[in-house]
Amino acid sequence: MEELKLYTYIAVFGTFGVYFAIAWWARAGTTSDFYVAGGGITPLQNGMAIGADWMSAASFISMAGLIAFLGYGGSVFLMGWTGGYVLLAMLLAPYMRKHGKFTVPEFIFDRYYSKTARIVAVACLIIASLTYIIGQMKGVGVAFSRFLEVDYDNGLYIGMFVVWVYAVLGGMKGITYTQIAQYVVMIFAYTIPAVFISLQLTGNPIPQLGLGSTLADGSGMYLLDKLDLVVTDLGFKEYTTANLGGTLNMFAYTISLMIGTAGLPHVIMRFFTVPSVQAARSSAGYALVCIALLYTVAPAVGAMARLNLMNTIEPAAGQNLEYAERPQWFKDWEKTGLLKYEDKNGDGKIQYTSNKTDQPVTITSAVSGKEIILLPNEMVKVDRDIMVLANPAIANLPNWVIALVAAGGLAAALSTAAGLLLAISSSISHDLMKGVLTPDMSEKNELLAGRVVMTIAIMVSGYLGLNPPGFAAGTVALAFGLAASSIFPALMMGIFSKKMSGPAAIAGMCSGIGITMLYVFQHKGIMFIPGTSFLGDMGPNWFFGISPNAFGAVGAIVNFAVAFAVLKFTGPAPAHIQAMVENMRVPGNVSAAHDH
Amino acid sequence: MENKDTSYWQENLRLIFICLAIWFFVSFGLGLLLVEPLNTIKLGGYKLGFWFAQQGSIYSFLGLIFWYGAKMNKLDKKYHAED
Repeated sequence: MEELKLYTYIAVFGTFGVYFAIAWWARAGTTSDFYVAGGGITPLQNGMAIGADWMSAASFISMAGLIAFLGYGGSVFLMGWTGGYVLLAMLLAPYMRKHGKFTVPEFIFDRYYSKTARIVAVACLIIASLTYIIGQMKGVGVAFSRFLEVDYDNGLYIGMFVVWVYAVLGGMKGITYTQIAQYVVMIFAYTIPAVFISLQLTGNPIPQLGLGSTLADGSGMYLLDKLDLVVTDLGFKEYTTANLGGTLNMFAYTISLMIGTAGLPHVIMRFFTVPSVQAARSSAGYALVCIALLYTVAPAVGAMARLNLMNTIEPAAGQNLEYAERPQWFKDWEKTGLLKYEDKNGDGKIQYTSNKTDQPVTITSAVSGKEIILLPNEMVKVDRDIMVLANPAIANLPNWVIALVAAGGLAAALSTAAGLLLAISSSISHDLMKGVLTPDMSEKNELLAGRVVMTIAIMVSGYLGLNPPGFAAGTVALAFGLAASSIFPALMMGIFSKKMSGPAAIAGMCSGIGITMLYVFQHKGIMFIPGTSFLGDMGPNWFFGISPNAFGAVGAIVNFAVAFAVLKFTGPAPAHIQAMVENMRVPGNVSAAHDH
Repeated sequence: MENKDTSYWQENLRLIFICLAIWFFVSFGLGLLLVEPLNTIKLGGYKLGFWFAQQGSIYSFLGLIFWYGAKMNKLDKKYHAED
C-alpha cells in the first residue's frame, strides 16, 4: 500500500511538474504571439492538442464505466463523441478558418451583423461550457478523493484549487504544448492497463481484438458471450444488446452528442490557429486519430472491467466473496463513499445482483434459460465513475500502472477544464466586455476580467459538482445537448444558407437552447438543484421517451425550423453579407488569423 | 470567377452529401437501426451490429475525414483555390 502511495505521488507530481515546466518554457519563448500558437506546430501535434482539449474526465474516467454498466447502450457515447468530427471537418472548420476570427461569438457577430447575436452566442456558450465543467469537477473530485484518500467533498475542494491555479497560471500561454504532453500521458495511462488486462483475459495484447477473442481460461468461450452469460445470470440486462431507453432515444442521444461536439466552442477555437483551410481539414482528421486511439479501447476497458468485477465478487456461481476477505481496492473505494456494501442477509458474503428488493426473487436467465433465485443486492452503491480508476487494481496490475491511471485521469480533467475556462473567460472579457459593453477597455483590464470570470466559473461549477446532477459523462452529455441546440445550427446556417439573416438566427438560437433548457430543468431540477424539478425524471414523463440528455437533437430541429420560419417573414441578409459568405466558401487568399 | 466559385461549391456539396450519407449509414444505420438483424452475424466474438456501434463506425469516420480531405485538396488544385 505504501508503495502504491509513493508511485501515485511520483506519477501525479511528476506529470504536473512537466506541464508547468512546459507552460513556463513555451511562455518564455513566445511572448509575442499570444493567440496563434506559432507556425511550428504540425497537424499531428495540433491533433494531439485537440485530443487532450477534447478528451475530458468524462471520456477518460466516466465513459468506460458507463459502457461497463450500459453495455451496447453505451455506444451512443462512442459514436456521438467521434462522429461529430466528421461534421466539424466538412461543415464548419474549413469555412470558419477561412473567415479568420478568434472566438465563436465573434464569427456570429460578423456573419449575423448584430451585437444581439453576439450576446446570445456568448450566453449559449457560457451555459454549455459551464455545464461541461461541472462534469470535469466531478471527475477531478473522484480522482483526488481516491488519490489523497479523502472523502469526495474534500477531493473536490482540492480539485477546484488545483484547476484554479492551473488555469490562471499555466492555462493562458503555451497551452498547446502542455496539451500535447497531457495527451501523451493520457493515452499511455489509458492503453497500458488495457493491454495488460486484455493479455490476462484473452492472451491478445490488442484490446480492440481482445474484446472479440476467446477467453484464456481454457473454456474456449468468447469474452463477450461469457459476459452476457454472467450478467444475465445475476438478473442484469444482456451486455451486448442492452438498449438505452429505446432506439429513438439512442438515435436522438447520438445525434445530440455529434452535433454538440461540432458546436462546442472550445473545440472550434482550435481550428482558428491552423495555418490554412487545408490544414483545418487535416487537423480534424488527426484529432480524430488521436481520439479514436482511446475511444476504440474504451469498449474493451468497459467490458473487461465489468467481467473482472463480477468474477471478483462471485468467482463461480454461488461461491460469493466473503466480505472479510475483500481485496484492498474494495476497502480503498469504500473510504471515498463511492462504493458501499450492506450485509442484508447477514451471511457475511457479498451478493451483487439486480434485485433491489429485500426478498429473494426467482427469475429466468435471458441467456442460459436457467431458473435462478436472486438474493437481494448488497452492493448498494457502485459509482460508475470509479470503474476506470479501480480497473487496474481489480485486475491485480502492478502499482505503477495504477499510479499512471491516476495521473492520466487528472491530465484529462485539467486539460479540458483549462480549455473550457479559457473559452468562457474569452467570451466574457473579449466578446461581451470589450466587444459590446466597454470597447475602450485596456488589454490589462481585459486579462484581469478574464481571470475574475474564471474564478467565478470554478466556484459555480464546484458548487454544482458537490450536488452532482449525475455521473460525469451524463452531466457532460447535457452540455452537448445545449451546444447542439444553439451554436451548431447557427454556425451551419451561417455557412450553408447565404440568405440566413440576423434576426432569424437569433430567434433560432434562443428557441433552440430555450426549449432544451426547459426540458432539462423540468426533469432534472432548475440549475440541476435536486428537488426543484416540476416533472419527475422518469421515462413516462419524457417526450416520446427521449431522455433530457438526448434532447439537444430536438432542440436543434426547433432551432433550424424557427430560423427558417422567421427568415421567411423578415427577408434575407443584406447583399454584402451574402458576398462575405460566398468568399468564406472558397479557400484562396486565406488571411492569417487576426484579432480585428 | 463567379461561375468557377459556384461549380467549386457545387462539387464540394456533392462530396459532403456522399460522405454524410456514409456517415449516417455506418453509425445510425448499421450501429442502431439494423443492429438486431446484424447481430445474428458474428465477427469473431463480436456480434456484427454491436461491433459497428462500438468499433466499426469510428474506423469509418476516420476513413471518411481523410478521404474527404484528399478529394478536397484535389478540388482546390483543380480550381487553383489552394492557399
